[in-house]
Amino acid sequence: MIRLEEVTKRYGETLAVDRLSLEVGEGEVCVLIGPSGCGKTTTLRMINRLIEPTSGRIMVGDRDITSVTPEELRRGLGYAIQSVGLFPHLTVAENIVTVPKLLGWEASRMQARVGELLSLVGLDATSYRGKYPRELSGGEAQRVGVARALAADPPVLLMDEPFGAVDPLNRERLQGEFARIQKELHKTVVFVTHDVDEAIRLADRIALMRDGRLQQYDTPENLLDHPASKFVHDFMGADRALKRLGRVRVDAVMRSEVPRISDGSDAVAAAQRAACTAERFSYLVDQDGRLEGWIDCRLLDRGGSAESAITHVDWRATTVRPDTSLKEALSHMLELGFRSIAVTDETGRLLGDVALAGIETTLTEGDAYSAGGPAEGGAQ
Amino acid sequence: MRRRWTGVALVGAGALVFGYVVSREDWWSLVLRSLFPDLPVVVFPSATLGQLVVQHLGLVLVSSAVTIAIGIPVGVWVTRPSGRDFRELVSATVDLGQTFPPIAVLALMMPLFGIGTPLPAIVALALYGMFPVVSGTVAGLDSVPPAVLDAARGMGMGRWQVLFRVELPLAARVIMAGVRTSVIINIGTATVAAATGAGGLGSPIFSGINTQNGALVLEGAAAAAMLAVLADSMLARVEDLVTPAG
Repeated sequence: MIRLEEVTKRYGETLAVDRLSLEVGEGEVCVLIGPSGCGKTTTLRMINRLIEPTSGRIMVGDRDITSVTPEELRRGLGYAIQSVGLFPHLTVAENIVTVPKLLGWEASRMQARVGELLSLVGLDATSYRGKYPRELSGGEAQRVGVARALAADPPVLLMDEPFGAVDPLNRERLQGEFARIQKELHKTVVFVTHDVDEAIRLADRIALMRDGRLQQYDTPENLLDHPASKFVHDFMGADRALKRLGRVRVDAVMRSEVPRISDGSDAVAAAQRAACTAERFSYLVDQDGRLEGWIDCRLLDRGGSAESAITHVDWRATTVRPDTSLKEALSHMLELGFRSIAVTDETGRLLGDVALAGIETTLTEGDAYSAGGPAEGGAQ
Repeated sequence: MRRRWTGVALVGAGALVFGYVVSREDWWSLVLRSLFPDLPVVVFPSATLGQLVVQHLGLVLVSSAVTIAIGIPVGVWVTRPSGRDFRELVSATVDLGQTFPPIAVLALMMPLFGIGTPLPAIVALALYGMFPVVSGTVAGLDSVPPAVLDAARGMGMGRWQVLFRVELPLAARVIMAGVRTSVIINIGTATVAAATGAGGLGSPIFSGINTQNGALVLEGAAAAAMLAVLADSMLARVEDLVTPAG
């Protein structure tokens, strides 16, 4: 979908980008990463001709990007940047339809598109449509920025540290939402970041750059497991095992057959006893299957009262979702001091659980659960 | 929004009051006579105050229009890639235009355009008022956040679209503030134009100076001051109206 051939950008004596060749397949997320000044942003900006390369050729689809005017090219490439750059004098809706307006869409079509996009990025269309950028929080502004980039449904998205300016908590949420949207839309994405965790989480392939040169272009798994050089090894960090967990979702190792007891009658204790044979703990759920807590069966066996054996919990604070990364799940478990953690859906219904042992298996087996592609290298 | 229009209505009422006051020659003579009881004449005899105000406004409007028509495009130009190299030169020139005393500029213009026409005065006034307009335009355009410009270009806006849809709306308030300053300066400075026979509220002032008649000086000066206050609040409303919401 996107192909860079021997692309070089020279500023006077310095080579910002040095004979870079790179191919991004359709529907793939390619993350450009590297230390500051490595040429990653320059590379991105050459794709939409905000910067013209000194030499080399860039193809988007099957045409050379210099075969059309920069304006026409850019209207076909979604563009989202770190500082968002929402137009302060225009409403959220007006911001979003910037490109459709340039393309001459009809007003009714643009109105409908605004509604679609706002709900796609998780904002309530009716209340956000007419707001001005200054009324938005950082995270909301980023969402609108992404909606704006997607407005004319471009096949390609160029994103320059789009979540760089928000706090870590919001960043993680936005990354999760981006992954969800990408799963739905299958855009070809070139994404610049300096955050290794972000790259590992979102990338199909990572292009690691240094001093304008491509160091390695491969799946996150291969960058972690088979670094091409000491630089790649060091850049990916010492906590490679943990980082690998960031690639695996909870549902990949979740145990869905878990002992569960439905709450609801006074004669709980007996029922509990019946179900409490094999395991020490049994989950307690309500009629709708929503997690209410758990029962320590060993305590019951020793003759403890039903009341003392039951631990009531708020599922929001003590569970993870199926799409949570194992890294996050592990961190929750360590924080809570649990050896396993319950998995629920968005409404608190118990789906299963993940045990520390399951995560350990993932760590040692490595590639077994990873979502990445084949191990062949990219260019260079 | 509602408040904006209330402001406009107030300014409109102010303009009507001003118009009526300058038309009442008898009021002026009453007041000035009580202040200067010994002078033979207390109001300018050669023209009514109304005529002088109209002349004065004509001078101000034409010269300010010239200032704006030149100043804003020049300010835009020096912030474009093609004009960036001239930025220092232009700002030094308009700076000089304002430091140069307008009376001297008038004197220099007279041989070029002749006495008795308003042309030298208009040229002098237009030059003198150029500085706030150009620097306001430059400052306004400079204040547009780079990320906004990057986004605008990156989404495929052409050069003119970026200018008219993004930069000028965002810079409007600062540009308008420059225009406002320029016009107010202009109203005061335009009294000097009378020295070249261009008329206006400077006429009674110069005549009063020549004949040692304080009443005439006061007549012209007070009317010019009132006009300046009125114009200032009027332009403040315009400033509100051009400032985009958000």
